[in-house]
Amino acid sequence: MFENLSSRLTRTLDALRGAGRLTEDQVNTAARELRMALLEADVALPVVRDFVDQVKARAVGAEVTQSLTPGQALLRIVQQELTATLGGKSEALNLRTQPPAVLLMCGLQGSGKTTTTGKLALRLREVDKKKVIVVSCDVYRPAAIEQLKIVARNVEVEWFESQAGQDPVVIAKSALEYAKKQYADVLIVDTAGRTAIDETMMQEIAALHAALNPIETLFVVDSMTGQDAANTAKAFADRLPLTGVILTKTDGDARGGAALSVRHVTGKPVKFIGVGEKSAALEVFHPDRIAARILGQGDMLGLIEETTRKVDADEALRLANKLKSKKSFDLADYREQMQQMQKMGGLDSLLEKLPGGAKLQAQVQKAQPEREIKRAIAIINSMTRQERRYPDLIKASRKRRIALGAGLEVQDVNKLMRQFDQTREMMKKMQGGGMAKMMRSLAGKLPPGMMGPPR
Amino acid sequence: MSLETPVGNRESSLVKSLRARLNKGDSWLTYDLGRLFSADKLREDAIDQLEERLLLADAGVDATNWLTERLGYDLRAGRIKTEVQLRAALRKALLDLLLPVAKPLDFPAYIKPYVMFVAGVNGVGKTTTIGKLATRLKRDGKTVMIAAGDTFRAAAVEQLETWATRAGVPLISQGAGADSASVIYDAVSAAKARGADVLIADTAGRLHTQIHLMDELRKIKRVVQKLDPFAPHEVMLVVDATTGQNALNQALQFHEAIGLTGVTLTKLDGSAKGGVLLAIARRLALPVRFIGLGEGIDDLAPFDAVNFVDALVGDDA
Ligand SMILES: Nc1nc2c(ncn2[C@@H]2O[C@H](COP(=O)(O)OP(=O)(O)OP(=O)(O)O)[C@@H](O)[C@H]2O)c(=O)[nH]1
Ligand SMILES: Nc1nc2c(ncn2[C@@H]2O[C@H](COP(=O)(O)OP(=O)(O)OP(=O)(O)O)[C@@H](O)[C@H]2O)c(=O)[nH]1
Ligand SMILES: [Mg+2]
Ligand SMILES: [Mg+2]
Repeated sequence: MFENLSSRLTRTLDALRGAGRLTEDQVNTAARELRMALLEADVALPVVRDFVDQVKARAVGAEVTQSLTPGQALLRIVQQELTATLGGKSEALNLRTQPPAVLLMCGLQGSGKTTTTGKLALRLREVDKKKVIVVSCDVYRPAAIEQLKIVARNVEVEWFESQAGQDPVVIAKSALEYAKKQYADVLIVDTAGRTAIDETMMQEIAALHAALNPIETLFVVDSMTGQDAANTAKAFADRLPLTGVILTKTDGDARGGAALSVRHVTGKPVKFIGVGEKSAALEVFHPDRIAARILGQGDMLGLIEETTRKVDADEALRLANKLKSKKSFDLADYREQMQQMQKMGGLDSLLEKLPGGAKLQAQVQKAQPEREIKRAIAIINSMTRQERRYPDLIKASRKRRIALGAGLEVQDVNKLMRQFDQTREMMKKMQGGGMAKMMRSLAGKLPPGMMGPPR
Repeated sequence: MSLETPVGNRESSLVKSLRARLNKGDSWLTYDLGRLFSADKLREDAIDQLEERLLLADAGVDATNWLTERLGYDLRAGRIKTEVQLRAALRKALLDLLLPVAKPLDFPAYIKPYVMFVAGVNGVGKTTTIGKLATRLKRDGKTVMIAAGDTFRAAAVEQLETWATRAGVPLISQGAGADSASVIYDAVSAAKARGADVLIADTAGRLHTQIHLMDELRKIKRVVQKLDPFAPHEVMLVVDATTGQNALNQALQFHEAIGLTGVTLTKLDGSAKGGVLLAIARRLALPVRFIGLGEGIDDLAPFDAVNFVDALVGDDA
């Protein structure tokens, strides 16, 4: 649906080739495209402005090395600036205090605070071997306390009881007392969702902060949030000394511009991202990945590097030539192709890096390509050289022997033979282009300019 | 945070508060439209300024371009020269976009039970909206039943139970972990047997990119159609007003999976403007049913395009 920044920049800038350095004109043209791309990715407008200025300042006069087009040179600067603005590297939770270390969760309604409380508790218990207690100060939302109780049970941490009729500050204080007595390492305090313009509720969270003196005050923000992310983050930061941000629901296809808005407005690092509803679905935040996502690139740069590194270019060329010179495509060739695919780390890890790849990935996962490839290779390995060379030899009795050798069933051999037949057909149609051609057609799907000359 | 608002002049006070809330704190479309004029003449960047404000409201690039191009055309044709004219033109353009989608839910007497699915991504306000809606429909004299179709999220059933009690309507549930399709199937049969007017089915929040969960929605629909081939009569997508451009993807993909018939926009009481509604109206023209204005049982109002636009633009145009 969206045009990603790379194709925008290529379209507008690569017409203006030649210059050894980026000119002010080029940068201004690019700035307009960058602005639109960031707005489409839900970066808040004031943040877009600041960021574009920052990029402009760095880009004018920047050198365009021989191997890059002006578009690529600019994209690189943008990506580097964006990664740096997002925080450069990932930051861990700060627990360096007299225990119990208190973590206070806050954010808008439905952003994912309660779920994330459970995720953090699980991580702290399992990875960091901490004794964790959780408590809910949400006395408003129906069954909010019950929700945390269930979540706590699921992740096997202690839940401190609270009730809907109680005062949140009183709950917080008694939970802290209790956590101290229990020599807990960490107390995580879940709170009700609140809009930043609800004065009473903002006073409440400030009071909770004062009562708890938390080492971490974490702002939980939905990655699908639009322009409001900046206002809301600012309003929370004005009332509370935030220490970090957690970006939730990144398992969807939102571009996640909110991450940049919140980071820019609060100056606080994004520490974790939520990648699903289950308690284990929490990951450390990697600025470069979110930067690529905001720009709609997928991890395009990473993909290109990885592809060129893993696929043995000489090997692919040799195979391609061999196929071209040969009349027929046999099972040994088929095996070589599979092995190349295996080297590339499988379709799965490649897809992950493409924009919109998550969806394809889910489909591919159902088909389990990795396992299929392994099986296919095992089956072909169990054949004689004769059989590989002349696949038509393979009849029922041979199939049984091959299956036995590979530790599989005859039906698996049949399946492989069907797939092989299909591939052979396809190869005929492609007139022997083979892997090289497949690689080229993959490259064709990348935005123009991205596969530029090797560095 | 109070859970009750005084009954009585409920609707008009809601609209007033919507207006106050949308214009609260920071600028929106026209709060200081005067600044776009120097003396009597429109400033040159008036359209740019409007564009910016539309983008700030999450209207998105497409809807924003459509609106500003239209206004730009009137401007160049000399039809807009003053603030009043600009405001009127903007108001008219917004109404052209929103009036056709302001279609309230309608419950024809010959459909019984009227089966409603409420769907959407995680945490947008589905369950809360169901609580408010059940209350409202019951007040209107309908017999309402609710189905606890979210069997996945922790305490989702308990949450809906509380809302059912508040609304004073029966809840059909098989507890957590049950098969969602079977819960909703049972609920539709029960609603039939008891002669209920409306059955509202809650569903678990799901991201539109989760293929298996979207398949589950399709399955729920298929199963329910065994009881009534025309059900569900309403498939309402709940969208959080805080959402950015992703709301469009949500609408498109939910529509593709189960065929949406309406949208409700929640959390308009916050500082977000809900401009995604313009983007959705432009792209999908889905009927907009209700707006959510808070966490209280009465904080739900039928969507009214004129009120919404007045709240945005000011009603003195
Ligand atoms: N897909 C996905 N869903 C998530 C993620 N984090 C939370 N959710 C879901 O988002 C919804 C809201 O999560 P909650 O944890 O209840 O949010 P909350 O901030 O505590 O909500 P309030 O207490 O009502 O303000 C639930 O359906 C969660 O399962 C995530 O990373 N990915
Ligand atoms: N301020 C405000 N909060 C709302 C509104 N509607 C719902 N909420 C709050 O948003 C949070 C999530 O609401 P739910 O009704 O649980 O959302 P849901 O879509 O059912 O969530 P899942 O089932 O977890 O996907 C709760 O804290 C609600 O009180 C609204 O119109 N305004
Ligand atoms: Mg919660
Ligand atoms: Mg719900």
